[in-house]
Amino acid sequence: MVKVTIWGSLQAATDGRGEVEVDAKTTRELLTQLSQIYPGLKPQIERGVSLAIDGEIYRDAWFTPIKPDSEVILMPYMQGG
Amino acid sequence: MALDDSNKRDFKIVGTRPLRPDGVDKVTGRALYGADLSAPGMLVGKILRSPHAHARIRSIDTSAARALDGVKAVVTAEDFDPVGDDFTQDILDNCLARGKALYDGHGVAAIAATSEKVARLALKLIVVDYEILPHVTDVDAAMRPDAPVVLSGRAQENVPAGLSENVTSYFEFGHGDLEAGFAKADKIIERSFKTAATHQGYIEPHACLATMAADGRAELWCCTQGPYMVRDVCAAIMGLDSSQMRVTSSEIGGGFGGKTTVFIEPVALALSHKSGRPVKIVMSREEVFRATGPTVSSSTDVKIGMTADGRITAGQAHLRYQGGAFPCGTVEFGAQSAFAPYDLDAVRTLGWNVLTNRPKEAAYRAPGAPMAIYAVESVVDELCQILSLDPLDVRMKNAAKKGTLSSYGPTFNEIGLMATLEAAKAHPHYSAPLGPNQGRGLSCGFWFNFGGNTCVSLNVNTDGTVGVTEGNPDIGGSRASIGMMAAEELGIAYDKIRTIVADTSSLGHNDVTDGSRVTFSVGLATIDAARGAIREMCGRAARIWGIDADAVVWKDGAAMPSGANAGEFPPMTLAEIAASSHSTGGPIAGHHEGTADGAGVSFGVHLVDVETDMETGAVKVLRYSIFQDAGKAVHPSYVEGQMQGGAVQGIGWALNEEYIYGEDGRLQNAGFLDYRVPVASDLPMIEPVILEIPNPGHPYGVRGVGETPIVPPLAAISNAVSRSAGVRLAELPMSPPKVLKAIKAAKA
Repeated sequence: MVKVTIWGSLQAATDGRGEVEVDAKTTRELLTQLSQIYPGLKPQIERGVSLAIDGEIYRDAWFTPIKPDSEVILMPYMQGG
Repeated sequence: MALDDSNKRDFKIVGTRPLRPDGVDKVTGRALYGADLSAPGMLVGKILRSPHAHARIRSIDTSAARALDGVKAVVTAEDFDPVGDDFTQDILDNCLARGKALYDGHGVAAIAATSEKVARLALKLIVVDYEILPHVTDVDAAMRPDAPVVLSGRAQENVPAGLSENVTSYFEFGHGDLEAGFAKADKIIERSFKTAATHQGYIEPHACLATMAADGRAELWCCTQGPYMVRDVCAAIMGLDSSQMRVTSSEIGGGFGGKTTVFIEPVALALSHKSGRPVKIVMSREEVFRATGPTVSSSTDVKIGMTADGRITAGQAHLRYQGGAFPCGTVEFGAQSAFAPYDLDAVRTLGWNVLTNRPKEAAYRAPGAPMAIYAVESVVDELCQILSLDPLDVRMKNAAKKGTLSSYGPTFNEIGLMATLEAAKAHPHYSAPLGPNQGRGLSCGFWFNFGGNTCVSLNVNTDGTVGVTEGNPDIGGSRASIGMMAAEELGIAYDKIRTIVADTSSLGHNDVTDGSRVTFSVGLATIDAARGAIREMCGRAARIWGIDADAVVWKDGAAMPSGANAGEFPPMTLAEIAASSHSTGGPIAGHHEGTADGAGVSFGVHLVDVETDMETGAVKVLRYSIFQDAGKAVHPSYVEGQMQGGAVQGIGWALNEEYIYGEDGRLQNAGFLDYRVPVASDLPMIEPVILEIPNPGHPYGVRGVGETPIVPPLAAISNAVSRSAGVRLAELPMSPPKVLKAIKAAKA
């Protein structure tokens, strides 16, 4: 199981929890699990999210491996100028 | 790709300052910008724009315009089919208004005519019947429940109830117990700040030349930061396959984020399709101001607690950003960035994106971060003043470092903030004496950076030269830095390499040139492509020598046996291998297609001295120093240019630049005479100090540098003004009338 930190304004979709656990070994599995277990997260995940895994930010990388003890943070989809 | 075991690598080309490859073209006028291409039979496209901030369009009568001799096509929003997704539909609706004009300058109809004169005359013959609606341009006013609604039904599911429909999204970040944190503070300050919308101010207005034939094939030449984005957006709008839409990016006269979307290209394509002739549209400067994206304007409340010895105990910020007439996604970056330079036990940021009757916001260098960090760094500075603490020492005491739980969630890996603070402290600037009415300010800055999807093709020519093809327009010197990394990896001279930017049919997808991503990710792709070519060249040499490929290594631009056991052969240079390539297996090339990760976040510190004229309120920048971690500066002159350019744009934001709206919701200063950007005579030479702390996510340690430099100037200047004039302003820009008013109020 991987612990995922959810940003504050999405926590209404996770029963107020800032950290949830899902069974996932890749970013794609993780996002799929989050959408299934917490349907309220699905609209935001479909609009786009980034993931910070052990301090590195990933934007489009379905198959990035996630270790059980990885620090995983759900973040808004990264953009820049 | 991780950092090579090359912390101590002896770079031969990376880190030097060769002449820029676009220099001669640009100083001689040979460079081709968006407006420079013409085609036989080409028509002139012009767009009629709304004079109203908010108005329902009852009808558009184009009959008189269409009847004018020389007019070949007229289009309105009715000529476009609806697009399937909100993102693309908003882009289209921003090009030409559908049902309602949402801001002063919103496109309403467009003409293609045989000459500029006919096109202008035809625009005057279009009759638009408007029903003027109440408008709102201020972010706080737009959030009120009784505010005029710009667009209905666009609020995301997590927007709290009770706000106007103009509030489209809401974000919250942070950790820790705020109440407990504030309870530990010896001093708490709460302040509210406002920043004006500012334009990216690129020299080159938007321009494009479009052809779309009856067979459904289209060609587009335009100035853009993202030709693949333009292709995909325009293909979706025009109902074309991407393969039938070829986009060629011109030389670009600045972008800074403002050319990461489209404003005119679908209109030109539709006019071309209707007329059967090429159509060129070139925006005027007035159109650029009225109808292309400035950045957001903001309203922010900050509360920070600090102990008497300078430890920040808690920080909180509420940020409200207006992004114009369509939903934007900017406040989330401000809310994540606001406290990023600090190691805090308790921090919370809340952000709201809001619709107003203004142009659709476009990205601007580190979008959302400058105004957030301005507010936080202003309060930190005020606390330092009240508690009689050295502002640099306080930053160092609270600085984020490796292992810090960042204010936006992740734990930081290796970061360079402390190194930049130490460099600032040690620099002579920090201890230089100041004169009367002079003050010194500083601020930290931060940006995320990212990598993204990238393709590079590298071709070895038979004469021993190399062509590198990338897909990202060169907005900051990437052709030089990419060529240098290719030369470094291949071990050949930089002038043996030419780097070009491909059109969208010649290379696979590349993400937009943004996010400070290109030198990092295209460089990474180029190094990988070069390594692929090297593997092939080592294989060719091995076959010529009759030894195993594994027994050949690449060194100093040549293949050579890996050791005595491999046999004794003289090094075979790239030029020698290339010359025989048609006899040894054919052309030699390397390529890379992938998603680059590991960009690594970026920090910087700016230090500025200003002098305030107490009689006029005018602020003069006397000295400005920048300290930034560049990872590895591939071409230091370009890195310095990025640092200086970002600072100058930030100085303009702090002191002069603003979108000024009248009571009627119309923009009052749509030109460079009234919208004043800093010019060389306004500024001292800005001293950039590059720190090189290798990024572990890049083979050479490269880190993006283009966006962070615009983040600190707003607060650094404001903090300097407060110490120079003895008054602290909470609104940008700090133009002379505002500064003078604050000085007089303080005296009264």
